[in-house]
This record gives sequence, structure tokens and C-alpha cells, in this order.
Amino acid sequence: MFLAAFLPIMLMQQAPADDIDWDKEFGVEEVERDPVTGELPVEPYVQANANAGATPFAGDTMAARFGGQNGIRQIANRFVDLNFSDPRIRTIFAAHDEVRFRRTIFEQFCYILNAGCNYSGRDMESSHSGLGTRKADLNALVENLQQAMREEGVPFAAQNRFLAKLAPMSADVIDR
Amino acid sequence: MMWQNIMSALVTTLLAWASSASAQPVSTEQNAQRFEAAEEFEGGEEAVARFVDYNGKLLLTNAVSAVDGASGGGISNWATIAGRQETRGIGVQANVTTLFLPDYFYQSHGLAVGIADRLELSYARQNFDTQDVGAALGIGQGYKLNQDVLGAKVRLFGELVYGEPLIPQVALGLQYKRNLDGAVVEAVGAVDDDGVDFTVSATKLFLSHSVLVNTTARLTKANQNGLLGFGSTADDDYSLQFEGALVYQLSRRFVVGGEYRTKPDNLKLGEGDWFDLFAAYAPTRNITLTAAYADLGSIATFEDQRGAFVQTQLAF
Ligand code: HEM
Repeated sequence: MFLAAFLPIMLMQQAPADDIDWDKEFGVEEVERDPVTGELPVEPYVQANANAGATPFAGDTMAARFGGQNGIRQIANRFVDLNFSDPRIRTIFAAHDEVRFRRTIFEQFCYILNAGCNYSGRDMESSHSGLGTRKADLNALVENLQQAMREEGVPFAAQNRFLAKLAPMSADVIDR
Repeated sequence: MMWQNIMSALVTTLLAWASSASAQPVSTEQNAQRFEAAEEFEGGEEAVARFVDYNGKLLLTNAVSAVDGASGGGISNWATIAGRQETRGIGVQANVTTLFLPDYFYQSHGLAVGIADRLELSYARQNFDTQDVGAALGIGQGYKLNQDVLGAKVRLFGELVYGEPLIPQVALGLQYKRNLDGAVVEAVGAVDDDGVDFTVSATKLFLSHSVLVNTTARLTKANQNGLLGFGSTADDDYSLQFEGALVYQLSRRFVVGGEYRTKPDNLKLGEGDWFDLFAAYAPTRNITLTAAYADLGSIATFEDQRGAFVQTQLAF
């Protein structure tokens, strides 16, 4: 019954014209990467070092343990690579801006380690809300950071001192 | 069939329309990545890993197994939950423990199930070989005292590793202990051959110092953990005892520490506190090997029971 009524209607439809811009019809906006930084634009927010979510270490011992800005850059890059390829959590990262993350995570680490940077990224709560992250995902991320620090020769006690700055952010970065 | 094709084309179009209408503006590149991710997501291991927190804990944070089967140190209970699951899964932890003492040989094996890193249910079977002491006490050469321990522990609040740096993970536990040698323990002077212990534990990893601290308060009537029964005709009241542990993390896989546990002396046999120094090593995510030097003081009037504690633990 239903089919009999439905088929003629379906068959009577005109084929759509070839030159229709379907993205426009469905309201899909093309987002362009910044030609200089290669980053995707984000919603406006107020920049402040407080967004980093931790007070920096005093003195330069920790920065030295991490090999200064160069060492921190290596660690941040390796950390990003590991997170984007880790089968446990890469699906969370997949649709996000790797170029920006690489920059802002370096800034955050560098700022907290008091190695002479400012943090220009968003705060932890707003940048992680809605990601669906669980504690097990945070553990995976921590293991990746441990691996990156270990490969760069950061002593274990110093690794833990740094993690102690990040651990209290758990409530902001875990969703469920 | 023709109509099926048409229907499915229609449904697909409707779905695509619905999802694109509700979605935020996204770049085509992001879209491509999302599809890629979704495809992988549907297949095998990745999907399982997302839905079950299989093996989701950080190394060693499921702790080792206490002699009474609960997750903890070797002789103290901690607020940790057994098993390698995180907040959304089920894990298990099994151990075999042996303790070589001058006059005794102790062996126990246990199984604990952890649910969502919230609830722990545990079972342990303890076998205590009295060797020559058995003959000396007139219960028989090599007489073995046996006990079953059933435990439940619930994490109330706090996190071992994350969260507020000064708020520990806190758990409430109870253990039902049933001694299987009622006649013997009553002959020694115990009132009961079974009893219930109540514990409250607070455990925290202080990352800034790589140090884990545990403190546990226990209400108990047990004599030598229950292996010599519960209470005595002279003293059949619960008493409040303390268990502490201090652990230093040398690496993700390797920790060293010490534990202390106070005990009542209901039977007036000179029962004293327990103490150990241990090292625990996790060669893989699922295996923890623990070795300790343990000082269990005087047991049934035989003094200076100091020896080696060895435990193998498997956890998933
Ligand atoms: C304490 C732990 C964590 C710290 C310190 C941290 C730090 C950061 C920082 C600095 C950013 C950049 C924000 C910006 O560019 O404005 C970021 C973004 C991001 N983080 Fe984390 N994160 C943590 C945990 C996690 C976890 C557990 C996951 C998931 C497994 C995760 C996934 C992401 C993703 C996908 C983004 C990109 C968000 C976007 O582009 O909109 N993070 N995180």
C-alpha cells in the first residue's frame, strides 16, 4: 500500500541540477587554516597565563631538568605525536587542530616549568568540555607524557614533580 | 530489491541532512579525519578499548595484595581498588603469597574483583603450617591452620593520583574471616572461630615527592589475623588498630617501601606488631612481583618470626 503510493512520488522527482553547491545548501562553512600559522581559527577567548591551570615552578631547576626550551619542545612534539597515534585515545584527538595543540601544549609546559614562555591557549575546562574523556584516557595521556619525558632523559623524580602540577587539573579535563 | 534501495537512499539522505544541519561548521579536512576516526572506531580493539576500561590504570596503582586478599601492601589494607579497570569496567587480581618464617610456613592465595574502581570484592585462603611448633603445642607435627577471608571495600571519595593534592582516596572495608580450625583456636583460648573486621583507609600518591602514604584504622577482634581465632575469654572486645605504609616510587615499574601494622594481644601470648620492608616490580602491566623482609614478632609464644615474603600477582 505504502509502497504503491510512495514509488510514483519518488519517480516523479526531478534530478537536481549539476551546479548546486551542496555545502552552501546545507550550511557547511569551509574553515580556512591561517596562511601563516597553519592553525584553524577558534572562538574568541581572553588570553592569560592563568589559563594554563597551574602556577609555574620557582627558580630554573625544573627547566634545566627538562633541557630548557629545546628539551621541552622535543617533549611536547613527541607527546603530540604519541597522542595522535595512540590507538587508545587517537579518536579523541583525530578531529582537532594538531598544529595549534602542538604550539599551545609547548607553551603550557614551558610556562609551568618556568622556562620563559607565556601561555596563549584556552583554559583547561573550556578546551576539554565535550570531548567525552574518561579517567582511563587521562592515564593513557599521562603514559605518553611519561614516555616523551623519559626519552628526553628527564629524571623520574622531576617527571613526577611536573605531573604533580598537571594532576589537579583532572576534574577539568575528564568528562565522565 | 528496488524499493529497498530507494528507501535506504532516502534514509541516508535524511540522516546526512539531519546531521549536517545540527553540526557545527567544520572544514572538509576535519570531516575527512572524523570519518577516518569513525571507521577505525567501529573496528575491533579500538572500540573495545573505548567502552571497557580494560587495563586502564597506571602501572602499580592497583597496588599489590594484602595477605587478607584486599588490594594494599603485603600486610596493610589500602584505599586502592583491585584490578586494572578504571572508572567504567571490571577487573580482577589474583595472588599467591608465601612467607618463610623460622618456625612456620605461611601460604595464601586470593582473588579480588574490582568494579569501576569503586567496589572491591575479595576472597583469600590462608594456610599456616605450624611445622615443629605443632608437635610442641600438642596439636600435631605440621598441623595447618586454615582460614577463609571474604572482603568488600568501597571507595568513598578522593583519588589516589589525581584531584586535590591533599585529599586522599578514602575507602571503607569489611572482612568476614572464618577460621576452619575451630576446635584448635578454642583450645588456645579464643572465643570465636569467625569474626568481622572493619577498616577505613586513606591513600595518596604525593607526586611532587614520588611518595605514597597509606593509613588505615581497623576495628578487629582477630588473634594473629584470625588464624588463632577471635577474642579471648579475658578480652572479647573490638579494639582499634592502625596500619601504615610509606612507599617511594623509583620508576613507573619499581617501588620500595615499608609497612607497619599494630595488633591486639587478646590471648596474652605476646602477640606484637607487624613490620616489613618491601620492593615491588611490574615487569608488565599485568604482573606484579613483590619481595619483602617481614618481621611478625612473636607467634604463639615462638618469638622473632622474621623472614621472607614473596608474592606473585596477576591483574587484568
Ligand atoms: C592534565 C591533563 C591535560 C592537560 C594539561 C592538557 C592540556 C591541553 C592544552 C594546553 C590544550 C590546548 C588548548 C588550546 O589550544 O587552547 C589541550 C587541548 C586538547 N586536549 Fe588536552 N590536556 C590534558 C588532558 C587531556 C586528555 C585526557 C585528553 C583526551 C584523551 C585531551 C585531549 C585534548 C584535545 C582533543 C584537545 C584539542 C581541543 C580543541 O582543539 O578544541 N587532553 N589540552
